[in-house]
Parts: sequence; structure tokens; C-alpha cells
Amino acid sequence: MTTRLASGGRLIDRSTAHEFTFNGKRMGGFAGDTLAAALLANDQMLVGRSFKYHRPRGVVAAGPEEPNALVNLGAGARLEPNQRATTTELFEGLEAGSQNHWPSLDFDIGILNNYAAKLLPAGFYYKTFIHPRAFWKHVFEPIVRQSAGLGKAPKDRDADRYEQAYAFADVLVVGGGIAGLQAALVAGQSGARVMLLEQTAHWGGRAPVDGVTVDGQSADEWVKNAVQALERMENVTLRLRCCGAGVYDHGYVLADERVADHTPGDGRPKHRLWRIRAGRIITATGAIERPLSFAGNDIPGVMLAAAVRDYVVNFAISPGDRTVVVTNNDDAYRTAIALHQAGLVVPVIVDARAQANGALPMQARALGIRVETGKAIAKVKGGKRVTGVALCAQAGEGAVLEEVACEAVAMSGGWSPVVHLWSHCGGKLTWDAANAHFRPDATRPPTTDDGSAMVIAAGAANGALLAGDCLADGHAAGLAAVGQAGAAAPEAIAADESPMAPVWIMPQGAAPALKAKMWLDYQNDVKVSDVQLAAREGYESVEHTKRYTTLGMATDQGKLSNINGLAVLAGALNTDIPQVGTTTFRPPYTPVTLGALAGEARGEIFQPLRKTPMHGWHEAQGAYFEPVGLWRRPYCFARAGESHAQAVEREVTNTRNALGLLDASTLGKIVVKGPDAGKFLDMLYTGVMSNLAVGKCRYGLMCSESGFLMDDGVVARIDANTFLVHTTTGGADRIHAHMEDWLQCEWWDWQVYTANVTEQYAQVAVVGPNARKLLEKLGGMDVSKDALPFMTWADGTLGGFRARVYRISFSGELSYEVAIPASEGLAFWQTCVAAGAEFGVMPYGTEALHVLRAEKGFIMIGDETDGTVIPQDLNLGWAISKKKADYLGKRGQERAFLASPDRWTLVGLETLDGSVIPDGAYAVTEGTNANGQRNTEGRVTSTYYSPTLKRGIAMGLVRHGASRMGETVEFPKVGGGSVKAKIVDQVFYDKDGARQNV
Amino acid sequence: MKRYSVFAIAREALRHHTGWEKAWASPAPRASYDVVIVGAGGHGLATAYYLGKNFGITNVAVIEKGWLGGGNTGRNTTIIRSNYLQDPSAALYEKARSLYETLSQELNYNIMFSPRGLLMLAQTHHEVRGYLRTVHANMLQGVTTEYIGPQRVKELVPIINIDGPRYPVLGALYQARGGTARHDAVAWGYARACSAMGMHIIQQCEVKGVRSEGGQVTGVETTKGFIGCKKLGIVVAGHSGQVAEMAGFRLPVEAVALQALVSEPIKPCMDVVVMANTVHGYMSQSDKGEMVIGGGTDGFNNYTQRGSFHHIEETLRALVETFPMISRLKMLRQWGGIVDMTGDRSPILSKTPLGNCFINCGWGTGGFKAIPGSGWAMAELMAKGEPGPLAAEFGMERFREGRFIDESVAAGVAH
Repeated sequence: MTTRLASGGRLIDRSTAHEFTFNGKRMGGFAGDTLAAALLANDQMLVGRSFKYHRPRGVVAAGPEEPNALVNLGAGARLEPNQRATTTELFEGLEAGSQNHWPSLDFDIGILNNYAAKLLPAGFYYKTFIHPRAFWKHVFEPIVRQSAGLGKAPKDRDADRYEQAYAFADVLVVGGGIAGLQAALVAGQSGARVMLLEQTAHWGGRAPVDGVTVDGQSADEWVKNAVQALERMENVTLRLRCCGAGVYDHGYVLADERVADHTPGDGRPKHRLWRIRAGRIITATGAIERPLSFAGNDIPGVMLAAAVRDYVVNFAISPGDRTVVVTNNDDAYRTAIALHQAGLVVPVIVDARAQANGALPMQARALGIRVETGKAIAKVKGGKRVTGVALCAQAGEGAVLEEVACEAVAMSGGWSPVVHLWSHCGGKLTWDAANAHFRPDATRPPTTDDGSAMVIAAGAANGALLAGDCLADGHAAGLAAVGQAGAAAPEAIAADESPMAPVWIMPQGAAPALKAKMWLDYQNDVKVSDVQLAAREGYESVEHTKRYTTLGMATDQGKLSNINGLAVLAGALNTDIPQVGTTTFRPPYTPVTLGALAGEARGEIFQPLRKTPMHGWHEAQGAYFEPVGLWRRPYCFARAGESHAQAVEREVTNTRNALGLLDASTLGKIVVKGPDAGKFLDMLYTGVMSNLAVGKCRYGLMCSESGFLMDDGVVARIDANTFLVHTTTGGADRIHAHMEDWLQCEWWDWQVYTANVTEQYAQVAVVGPNARKLLEKLGGMDVSKDALPFMTWADGTLGGFRARVYRISFSGELSYEVAIPASEGLAFWQTCVAAGAEFGVMPYGTEALHVLRAEKGFIMIGDETDGTVIPQDLNLGWAISKKKADYLGKRGQERAFLASPDRWTLVGLETLDGSVIPDGAYAVTEGTNANGQRNTEGRVTSTYYSPTLKRGIAMGLVRHGASRMGETVEFPKVGGGSVKAKIVDQVFYDKDGARQNV
Repeated sequence: MKRYSVFAIAREALRHHTGWEKAWASPAPRASYDVVIVGAGGHGLATAYYLGKNFGITNVAVIEKGWLGGGNTGRNTTIIRSNYLQDPSAALYEKARSLYETLSQELNYNIMFSPRGLLMLAQTHHEVRGYLRTVHANMLQGVTTEYIGPQRVKELVPIINIDGPRYPVLGALYQARGGTARHDAVAWGYARACSAMGMHIIQQCEVKGVRSEGGQVTGVETTKGFIGCKKLGIVVAGHSGQVAEMAGFRLPVEAVALQALVSEPIKPCMDVVVMANTVHGYMSQSDKGEMVIGGGTDGFNNYTQRGSFHHIEETLRALVETFPMISRLKMLRQWGGIVDMTGDRSPILSKTPLGNCFINCGWGTGGFKAIPGSGWAMAELMAKGEPGPLAAEFGMERFREGRFIDESVAAGVAH
């Protein structure tokens, strides 16, 4: 039985009871409990099933390194799989369920895998399930998938929200144990801006549990005073429940604060993700105890020695009446002493070392606890719970000397510093033979831009395991971080410890049958025998071993057992542990909720929504929108009972016959200004812009350096030094960046300034035979053919609005594009709608815009172009200056393939039967190429039903297109059949432009 | 080579698995080989394998700076597809995909090819048109794909949110025989087969120089000494530029870090691979239960195999919006790989200025899916000295001629 002791428990508040459920069973705990502690208080040692063999699993640890006690927490929209019970704070009404079993935790059919374990060694799946071929997808893989996985997949949308915060610190201290607190105190006293993070809900780390005294005070007292001192400093920020998750280049640190995990539904964000930019990072992240590898070390009831101590001291949990302690170091004796002091029995301390005569072993002996040195555990007895241990000589092969009945085993194989944050950004490690662990190599830290250490490891995380060293190291780290030499550190006193002795296999000569019962990775079921098998089969690199056996790939990412695994591998390869090296430490240190990483960007605010001044009007009209970049543009303004296609047809027809209004505000508008503006645009565009007269407009093409057409638009010359460049909607930001790229990186000495003023103007295209009538009715400026001919612009007023009117057309109709200050855009639009009523005005959307331009044979960037098309392909040679020495893309276009006469060029396509060619269709010719693919000779680029011509029209790129007018090409359809089309001129409507030149 | 089978496992179980032989030998290098391939990733090993299998050339060494399969082969998101737009790409990736179909049987090593189906979501009208174009192209290329509507998407991926307020799912490009495979196993399976043919795989052997005479390579200087060769293949992905420099020529590639991450494992919830290019994210579920998520490339050139956080955030925003149920899962691990990007985002399988030196690089963000086809085509190029039809269009002279094979046009991003 695991039970709650009658007294004690430094973290629990016995006056506040919480009720919770586990697998539907009601249980009780106290405020301050972790879920794991509360489960143990209710004798719930069995908490889950392992990944591969579905073996029973009990609580092993008391912190984030826990591999076994993972639960489905909550339900419905608050279901959270794989939540660590050891770090989950208990709250009233908590619902938890165990994972990875069917039909129940106690009786799991998956345990059959365990009985077949001999047939399922590391990597067995690479050697089996090969035949018959179809079986992998249809039989084997579904079985593997069902038995793998851990927690339940949530079904619902997350009920909680997450927020993100930014912080800047001169010194960021990660870890609120005594080393971290002391480092923060020292750094804080220097005046530096300090941030201190602690992943648990409590300051102080291990020292209070281990009975350390600091400066003559108990650790609890000293921690309380230290925190109060830090809280008084205005330059210090303290965050509890905040885990330093990742360290990135340039002092960038990610931290995950669990704001409301323990108070779900209280309205606060569940987590707050901190993005911290720190001058120096002190990692005072402590150390993690290692298990020992003996047969049956995975049976529920076998726990880390320090975890047992935590449960006894912090939560007043009895792990069972009798706990055998097994160790290779002095620290574990503290557990025996703590158990003894709690009135529990320690039948024997099994110490693998030949001698144990340090202060702690002597104290244990003095308490009457039996200590057996040079001994090992041959085997743990029990199934779903420990019932006893068999002892043997550590030096031997496992012959049983005696059996000891017990309910729990507390094991300690030594301690490994938490070096993750040190390592994330390239900090190197050194092997410390005395403590048998890797610790940060202070001579090879991750560095800042000036080459100094970006990360400073402190305390146990730096290998300073003893309390006195740990505190002094934290002190030194704090001073180093602020570049000071300073006063002496306070003194921490704990019992002296004699050296540990590395023990990687227990007993050292264990036979294969025992090794196949020695677990390294409890969650993924990786055993000593698996690592040895990997080495035997040539998977000798530590990365190969990891990947072949899945050692360290569980949710604890090897925190518990990686060093043990490395040691076994080194043994199998007859080499040293440092030769084997470690696998790579990757962020995050402990898993971070995806919702927190994604932040508040959900639903409507998933991305910023750009709105034109008229957006609300469009919405009110029930426009059907389509996303275009971050904008949403009206695709069409469908009326009641009208399909989208019918709406588009109506809008096209009305614009051709009467008057259409298009919200063109999204078009990119970039001011290019300066003495060299003309020269700059001459390089950017294929045509000449520098000789454009003030008051005139010119259509231009922009190409990439490789020569491919990337954007088009109309340039207007505003004055001698100023141009206004129009880009496509999607191109505005890209083209602006493109301009700045060239100006900042290549032509930095040219006197040119650019400004993206897209959102400063609303732009309304007034299009159709009645366009001029509307503007004349509004009045204020002369928009006659003579005063404002095609491809000119003028400033003035229209209906009292300040307006810049461009006489340009993308529809082939008489057309004005009117730019209005954005703040007046909606009013102007509404004025046009009202005043236009007598002229038959209707708004039209992007699809009508597409049809109108296609009927006129105008190209659309993104339809006729796709990054492989040059202007020459589109019969736009007229827009390319032959005189200019250079423009971006010129050299590219001179290359053989781009200058080839065999390129596909733009033509019109008229289906023989009047139907619409399917979007994306290719024109085929006879035969296949060397790879067996059907030969093609062209493809459709724009294809629409033309309401004006009452038939399908299309443009396409066809080999030798221009010289093949009147020929027929064939477009196969998906699903069979094909459509034939005649090659015609790309301009389908009003070839002479009579309609726009009025 | 002892065959792997369930019977072999049963036999070994009786003796505690002590009788398994090494999957591949670790020999000391000989003085020279007919062919030396630099880089024991998937592409290098596959090249060696098909040199042996298709051309009987087995006096081959594959030398590797680190551990075999340790570069991008071992750190990608394992997606396999061939729904490419341009003819040369479709041919090469479909060759690879079809070889993957039978690779487990061929190598007697279960690489767990899982043709579970792959969707590329269309979330703008522009994307719809792009994928319709791809479907038409694929039809003529012999690649089986189809365009499906949003309801069918929902049936295939019940966890997807097709009604997102910003980018509702309008449809998808669906390749039913696309999927995933176990990435490490691909490298290991090829390595084992190469070793069985007598080829040498030499790990922890870094190339320090390329020795040549009269325009012909004579061998490579390595940390394990000089190794002579009659032909040299450079297949080193992100470090191609550096090895090419040793050989005295420059490449039109740049190296950037591409990121990926996995969640903690959960029970099966998603059977297909989904790529969402408008919002920039893609996701599948591994057989272990982890959600495998692809991120973007960092905007600066570097050789660190880690990467920044910013792209991870962007990717997860996209995926939490697309698959709302993943919000409460946790990121277990994030990492980066160094990818070599060309100007047209298509690979280079090419002769070089040195007559007997060949290069295979530029796979960018999408190399894993190509491994068998890439090896097949590279072996043909190296054996014959001239590219076969699969490699013909991928010579690096195409950049000089402007004959780009630009895939970014249709799919937005490649993977």
C-alpha cells in the first residue's frame, strides 16, 4: 500500500481537501499535492502501461523526467493527453485517466506483447512484416498504430486560450533552487535587469527536502528570505510555474508559464509563452537522478530514491511499509533516513560500492538501518507491484543470496546535470569521471556575438552536486553574468558525501536473461539487452542506437536513462562513454503545448485581416469574398436567388453595357521618389520610365533577375522626382521588398526613397460606357477625352472629394480609376453608388474583373505567369526597351532556353463546340517522351465562359503559337474525353480598342 | 547476408538474439576503388546500391563524415509523393515513389512504406486552379492524382477544420499512393544491401580534399587517409558547396536550415498526410503516434542543424487553425537540417568540370521522397558517364541556359 502519513508534508495544506477522479474512481487529496502524490496517497501506484509491451507502470519520479505517470487529463474540449502526473497540481474536480491499455488499466490485452517480448526485441519491425507486400499498409501498420501512441486524441476544439509575452533581461536565471536564487540575488544587487524562472510552483528546489542549512538558517527559511529580497528589487522579475524551454541564437529564450493549468476555466489564459531576449542566461536547472539497471527495475513500486524522499518529505506519502534502498552513492542514504524518520521501515540499504563509510551511511547505521555493501539487486519480485527483492553480489552474475520482502524500492544510480538549455545552442559537455556524468564544459559555452559565454551553468546543473558547492557556484555565476567580482557567497552546509561509484549493470556479470529484464527506457520498453543488440548489429553510433532501439525517444526524451544507455553502449563497444558521446539536446526541455506556441492567432484573427475602407459596405451587401493575400476581396456580389456564376455574368454584362464599380484599393501603390527615381525604375521595369512625362501613365513589366515576369502595373509620374508605381494586389509587399533589396544591397548610393502607400488611398474603378457620365455628374474636374486622355492622370475634386483620377483600363471599357484619401473612400464609394443609380451602376467583384480582362486578352500575373514565363512569351515584347543598356532580367532573358524560338507563346483559344476548356488543361501532341510521359505542346492559362460572347474563351501558351493561327489543338480532360480548340488572337472583344478610347 | 524474417527472429529468440550479424560491415578503407561516393545518406547509399544492382559495379566505397543516414535522411518528415507539375520532376519522383512501393521486399528490410494518401489543400481560388493544372499534368505524366472537394477532404481527414473563417478548404490535390516511410530504415536498408554486395561503407571519414590530374579526379584526401578512385560521386546535400569547392568548381546552391518538429505520441487520429501551402504547414502521424510537422526554412544561410523559433510558431499557428484538436498536444522535439537550395528549387544530377566526377545535390526541402529514383538516375549517370532520361534535364548547365525546372510555381512550397 502507498498511503498518506499522519503528519508532515511541507507542501500540502491538509485543511484544504480536493476531490478528484482517476479512471472514474473518486479519490481525495490536499491542496499542494501533485496528481502523482495524490494518486499515491490513494494507493494508486499502477498508473499506466508501457508503449511496446504494455507492462504495468508506476510512478518513478517526482518531476518532469517522469516517463510513466502520464495521464489523459480533463475531458471534452479540455482533454489533454500525456499530462505528467508528477508536475500536475491537484485541483478540485480534476479528472484523470490512465493511458495505453484496453480494456482496462488492470487488465490490458496488450500485455500479450510482453509475453512475446522475446520475439519483439529492438528493431524487430525492420526484420518482419515484409511479406506479403500489401499487408504492411492494410494489416501490420494498423495493428502497430493501434498498439502504439499513448494518450487519447482530443476530439474537440480547445476551450482554452493562450497568450504570448515578450521580455528583455540582462540576466535570465532559469531554475529557482538555491543556486538560481543566489545567482539572481547577486545579479539583482548589481542593478542588472534580472528575470528568474522556476518550473514548479515552489522556490527552493531540492535543498529544503535534503535538510540543507544556509547561513545558519534552514533552507526553507533562507529561501523565503531570498525570495522576499528579490521581490523587493524593482529590477527583478520572478515567475513560478514557468519552464525555460529552449535557448536559441542571440540570447533568445522560450519559456512556458503554466498560468491556469491548476485553475482551469477561471478565465485566465491556460499558458503564457514567454519570448525572452537575454544578455546572459544562467542555467540553474539542477540535476536528475538516474535509475539503476537491475532485473525488474520497471515493476511499479521501484522509484528513484530522491523521488521517494520528495514524496515523504513534501507530501507525507508512504511508498509502503518497507522500502529497500539500492544505491551507488551516499545521497540515497538521505532517503533511507527520511523514511526512517517518518516511522517507516528500511529493511536494507543495498550499496553496490565496496565500502560506505561516509557521514550519511554512518548516520543510517547509527539509526539501526542495515547496510549491505558490495551487494546488488538480482531481481525485483512482483508483477503489478513490488513484493520483494532478491539480493546478490554486485561483482557476480546474480546468484541470489537472500530475499527481502518489501513494498517499494528506492534506487539511485547517481545524478546527471540538466544540461539541456546549455546544449541547445551549441554548448559543449565534458565527462566528469568522479560523478559519472556529463556536465557543461565552461571552456566551450554557447557564445554571444562578442565571443563571450551566452550561457553560464550554475549549481547542480554545472555538476556542483553538493549543497555547499552548489550555492557557491550559483553565486559565482551571478557575478560572472554581471561581470563583477564580489563578496563571498553564503555558506550552505549539508552532510559530506563520499565518492559514488559508477554502476551501469547490476550485478555487473548479469546473464542475458537478466539483462532482458533490465529497463533503460521505461516508457518505450528499451532494455539493456536491446542496446547490446543494437551494438551487435552494427548500430554503433549513439544516434543509430537511439533510433534503432528508440532509447531516449519517449516523452521524457531520455532525461531519466540516456546516460545509462550510453554507458551500456560504451560497454558493448568496449569504449569509453565520452567516446560514445550524447545524442543532441533539442528544444523544448519539457514538451510545450502547441496552443501556447501558436498563441492567440485563431479563427478570424488567425492572420491580420486587411480591409479596404469599403470592406464593411461589401459585407453589408452580402458579397462572397475570396482571400487575396491578407485581404479578402469580393469575388462577386450575388443577389438573393442568384448563383455565383449568375452574379458574375450579370456583373460583366452590366459593366460592358452600363456602369460597374470595382473596389481596387488593394492594388499596390508605391511612391518612388528622389533624383535617381527614374534611373531606378528604368532598371526595375523592362520599359523606360525615366522619360515618362509628368501627368502621364505607362504600363510596365517587372522581371526577376532570372528574366521571368514577376509583376506588372501602371506607373504614373507625379512630378520630376516622384513616381507612383502600381503593383498587383498580391505583389505590393513583395515588390516593395524587392525594391528595397536592390536599393539597400546593390544601389545603396542611388538617391531613391520608396514608400508603400497602398493603404493610404482608397481606389475605385469606375468602368463602363456610363463612366464619364457619372464623374461629370459628380463634377469638380474635367474628365473629358481631351482634358484627360487615355493613360493620363489628373488631380482635382469629384463631388467635393479630393481625387486623383487615372484614365486607365483593365476591362477594355471607358474607365477611370479614382484614388481618394482612404478616410474618405467609403463616402466616395457610397456617393458613386447613389449618383450612379440613374446610369445603372452595379459593383463587381474579382471574378468579373478576370472575365472582363480575359475577354480583352489582358494578362493576369499568376494566371498567364507562373514564374517560368517571360514577357516575350506573352507577346509583350513591345513593353521591353530595346535601347536600354540594362534592366533586371535582361541578361537572364538572353540565355539560350529563354531566347529559343520553340518557347510556348500566348494565344487565344476558341473551343470548337463553344464549351469552356477545363482549368489547367494541357494540349497534347502525338507520342511520349523518353520517360514515357505524353508529349505536350501547350497549356491553358485563363479559361472562362464569356457572358459577352456567350461562349467559352481561353488564353493559353502554345508552342510556336503566333505562327499557328487557325490550327486546332487538343486538350484531354480528366476522366476521359478531350476538348478541341482553335488557335486565335488573344483579344476576343473589341480588338481595336474603340470602346476604351472614347 | 542472413535474411530477415519472422522465422529468423524466432530462431534468435531462443538464444537471446546473440546470433544476429552486423547489418553492415565497418571496414578500413582500401587504397582505391572503382567508385567512391562521398556521403552515406539515402541518396549516396541508393546510388551505390543501384550501381551494384543495375550495372554490376561493386568495387565501391561510400564514405561519410559522421554516421550513415545522419543528415537530412534522418531528420526529415518522411513524406513521399510524386504529384509534381513539371515533366522532369514528375518522372523522377514517380520513379522514386514506385521503387519505394517494393523497396522493403527488395532490400529484405522493412522500410515501412505506407501509401496512406497525401492531400495538398487548396485554400484560395488561385490554389484551386494550380492544383487542377497539376492533375491535368499528372494525368499525362502517368502519375495518379485527383482533385477532390472539401467533403471528401473531411472524410479522409476527420480532424480537419474545413470551414476556417480565413481560409476555408475549397478542395485538395489527392495522391492516394503518396505517403510516408521510416526514414532511418531507408538508409539502413540500403546500407545493409550495399555491404552485402561487398561495398565498403566507411563512417567517421571526412573528405578534406579532392585530388585531380588533367581534369580527372584521382581520389579524395580523407581523415582516414587518401582514397583513390576511378569515378567520384559527390552526394552531400547541405555541404555540397564545400566539397565542390575542394574539387575546384562552384555550385548554384545555397545552404539553409529547414525545421521540423514532432508532438508527443497519441492514439491514431489521422491516416493521411496533409499539406497546407497557403497557411504554410504540413502534418502526418507517425506509426508511433507522434504528429510529424514540417516547418519553414530560416531566412539566412547557415550550417547549424537547429534553427530559430519563429518558423515553428508560424507553422503551428497554421496547423492549430487547420486541425483545432492538436492545440492541447505538446511539442516534444524540434530540430533542423541543412538543405541545399537551387535557384529553381529542383535538384542537380550532373556531370561536372572534372570528367569523372559527378554530383547529386540541390534536393532542397524535398529529398527524402526522391531517394530511390535519385540513386537510380545517379547510378546510371555515373556508370555510363552520361545522364539517362531521368537525369537528363537536371544537369547544372540548365542554370546557364535558363532551362529551369521550377516547381514552386504550382505547389507554392516543396517538401
